[in-house]
Amino acid sequence: MENLKALAYELRENVIDMIVEGKAGHIGGDMSVMEILTEIYFDQMNISPENMDDPDRDKFIMSKGHSVEAYYAVLAAKGFFDIRDVIAQFSKFGSKFIGHPNNKLPGIEMNSGSLGHGLPVSVGMALAGKMDKKDYRVYTVMGDGEIAEGSVWEGAMAASHYGLDNLCAVVDRNRLQISGNTEDVMAHDDLHERWKSFGWNVIDVADGNDIDQLKAAFDAAKEVKGKPTVLIANTVKGKGSSVMENKANWHHKVPNAEELEQIKKDLKAGKEAALHG
Amino acid sequence: MAKIANKQVICDVLIEAGKQDKDVVALCSDSRGSASFTPFANELPDQFVETGIAEQNLVSISAGLAKCGKKPYAASPACFLSTRSYEQCKVDVAYSNTNVKLIGISGGVSYGALGMSHHSAQDIAAMCAVPNMRVYLPSDRLQTELLTKELLKDDKPAYIRVGRNAVDDVYEEGNVPFEMDKATVVTEGTDIAIIACGEMVKPSVDAAAILKEKGISATVVDMYCVKPLDTDAIVKAASNAKAVITVEEHAPFGGLGSMVSQVVGSECPKKVVNIALPDAPVITGTSKEVFDYYEMNAEGIAKKALELV
Repeated sequence: MENLKALAYELRENVIDMIVEGKAGHIGGDMSVMEILTEIYFDQMNISPENMDDPDRDKFIMSKGHSVEAYYAVLAAKGFFDIRDVIAQFSKFGSKFIGHPNNKLPGIEMNSGSLGHGLPVSVGMALAGKMDKKDYRVYTVMGDGEIAEGSVWEGAMAASHYGLDNLCAVVDRNRLQISGNTEDVMAHDDLHERWKSFGWNVIDVADGNDIDQLKAAFDAAKEVKGKPTVLIANTVKGKGSSVMENKANWHHKVPNAEELEQIKKDLKAGKEAALHG
Repeated sequence: MAKIANKQVICDVLIEAGKQDKDVVALCSDSRGSASFTPFANELPDQFVETGIAEQNLVSISAGLAKCGKKPYAASPACFLSTRSYEQCKVDVAYSNTNVKLIGISGGVSYGALGMSHHSAQDIAAMCAVPNMRVYLPSDRLQTELLTKELLKDDKPAYIRVGRNAVDDVYEEGNVPFEMDKATVVTEGTDIAIIACGEMVKPSVDAAAILKEKGISATVVDMYCVKPLDTDAIVKAASNAKAVITVEEHAPFGGLGSMVSQVVGSECPKKVVNIALPDAPVITGTSKEVFDYYEMNAEGIAKKALELV
């Protein structure tokens, strides 16, 4: 198996290139979610450009659609498109690589961007799997700020009502949103209890930027029957460089030349540590 | 034959389709009774999904089902479906291009005295403004049956609005002129063109009969396909008449009247008068009382026509 820890750092570099070239991007959340997406796409899901028409393959919805740069990097690494095209065209006039996921691109199921849609749509996908007695699994990733949307909880309610054990949701719990700390904006530090009270199997991932911990959690989720599973992945917003880490103003920001140099240096060091550390 | 409401016709057609095709599924938001979908839920329980009182969820779940090969029909009161879950209709259905058919039941002022929260007088404007969303308002049970059967054949998004109660037939059983996305010309005349949709078609036809007795000949166009709008039919009807009247169970802005006015204004300029609900909460009453009060009935339409010719 590839070294997914190193891959996540490599993909972070792709994201930085995309954002610098496109002069826009939700950089902080891209960094926090990278290991989650890498583990889902390179270890958990049965999905590839070759099997997209296979009704039995696994499904994924990027509910926190603003982290599209991370999603593009992962899809490109999976072979859905060429990362050089993404970097050259991201957010530019007439580009197909727009600032939120759209399903005109290969590999993307649903258009997202408006928050709180991914989980309810995933419920429909998982229900279809149950109706047709298929074995595929459905994954969705939400932001922690996102779950203030009421529609998330409508979806959560239906997922447990229908016992959708083929559904696994992830909350990218990086504790920051555009206006600041999630607990100051709209507190939900009792996330574990909230999901549990909605009938979900809840797995806390102490370090959501650790591939090994994520793998263990996703693997455990597969064994749970009769209820959906949510991973509360405690991540670091801006993960990978001291320039960005845990700073709310890096929610949406383009690094200047000096910051860029430091970020690239930090990401290279991160990759080296993953390879040899 | 006993008349049945348009929504019940939809259910009947879907039950037959669902027996043949297990991918035909129906969803309700605690609305199976009001949607007349209880027979579907009883006959095909494995193809029925209850979402509870959660219209946003209803639409998103439908989109997810559609993405995995299902053919979902989401039936919920038009007032909630078109506004409470508007964003889900826009993003998860239209923008994502999922094969979801949105059935807005008890549309317009069907709920009469229940008040503005339960009236859908904005749905035509809202839904027509969304790219890739088709909007249909069938006029009677016979046309509803043909429309539903046509919709089963395609895999594109659509919003269909029907009323709560049974309405008088516009067409004759066994003789229903119908072509998908083409308006039906019910009567032809040269003095006035009346273009109506949904349950306002019947009073328009009755108005034409009143006018005929007075020596006025009217064209009545059943524009059940509000989007894609049959512009050819509008231009033809308007060109052959002295003036145009539009009739709709909708707010006066952004609905059929606005759309027809755009077409007539640019293609064959002529006076267009819109008969619609007021830009205000409507008066309390049954839908018939409401229509009579605002002269959205055969007499009112005929009166307006006489003023124009």
